[in-house]
Amino acid sequence: MTATSAEPEEIPEDLSEVEEPAAPEGPGASGRPRSAVIRDALGVGIAVGLSGFAFGVTSAGAGLGVAQTCALSLLVFTGASQFALVGALGAGGSPLAAAAGAFFLGVRNAFYGLRLSGLLRLSPAVRPLAAHWVIDETSAVALAQPDRASARLGFTVTGMSLYALWNLTTLLGALGASALGDPGAWGLDAAGPAVFLALLAPMVRGRQERAAAGLAVLLAVVCLPLLPAGVPVLVAALAAPLVLAVAR
Amino acid sequence: MNTWTTWIAIGVTAFGCYAVKLLGLSVPAGFLERPLVRRLAALLPIALLAALTAIQTFGTSGRTLVLDARCAGLAAAAVALLLRAPFLVVVAAAVLATAAVRALAG
Repeated sequence: MTATSAEPEEIPEDLSEVEEPAAPEGPGASGRPRSAVIRDALGVGIAVGLSGFAFGVTSAGAGLGVAQTCALSLLVFTGASQFALVGALGAGGSPLAAAAGAFFLGVRNAFYGLRLSGLLRLSPAVRPLAAHWVIDETSAVALAQPDRASARLGFTVTGMSLYALWNLTTLLGALGASALGDPGAWGLDAAGPAVFLALLAPMVRGRQERAAAGLAVLLAVVCLPLLPAGVPVLVAALAAPLVLAVAR
Repeated sequence: MNTWTTWIAIGVTAFGCYAVKLLGLSVPAGFLERPLVRRLAALLPIALLAALTAIQTFGTSGRTLVLDARCAGLAAAAVALLLRAPFLVVVAAAVLATAAVRALAG
């Protein structure tokens, strides 16, 4: 979803380090006090959960109904994909092109899940439920913990607080949008790009990352007047394999 | 906008996004861990997010490129990011700057 704290680079490369519980420093089996884990998790959950309001207003401004807006937060629950979908639909993009762009943005969650599965060791019964919460923030909090018990706690508390707040504020934003009138007049049409930039900034570190971002912007801007809405994003996604091909 | 096609887009997105989340938790480690796949997975969101930032800042529903108050909003967000502001503050800075420029421009 959405957080500057969700930098893939911050996720430990070697899970074996994470999987070995740290030596307990005090009484209790966990390497970290439960209260510290809960505090971290709630901090992320509440801060990001509140930005569901911006999504609710943006979605309503793009022409989606309250039920449609809430369905997105309840069922998709990965912020960048949600913003991308309503942005493309609002610009008049075809539903399939819009959904494709949103889907490709969601693919990164598969890689979070891959790292979390070894850390959390979820039972097959819990896995389908936990999967819905596998997003930037829950992964960042869980992967930052020193042992399995803390990671499970961090994942659960972040997921619970973020899911509850994100959906509540989405509803409030969608309902409030009609009272606000034209979202453009309040500058709320700038919320979407700001969200994308905030997510992007911590990712752009190396040379290849900068090249991919620059090439994607160029492709998007060139294609924007030429192709139907929603398609330029898909063309710009080609910047990733292009940069890799050139670098090899 | 057509209600049914919008619902279809919502359904397809919800299904696809959930499927990849579950896939990640379920496949054996190593399958997605090949270096080339990992590099692509790292660069793909960067390309998408950069493109979306540009499109939603400079694009219009009429498929034209414009420079308007949203640029000021994006600049404010960039400054907030450089100052390491929290996520919510970054978004608020963009919204307020955009609204301020529009109010000043009448």
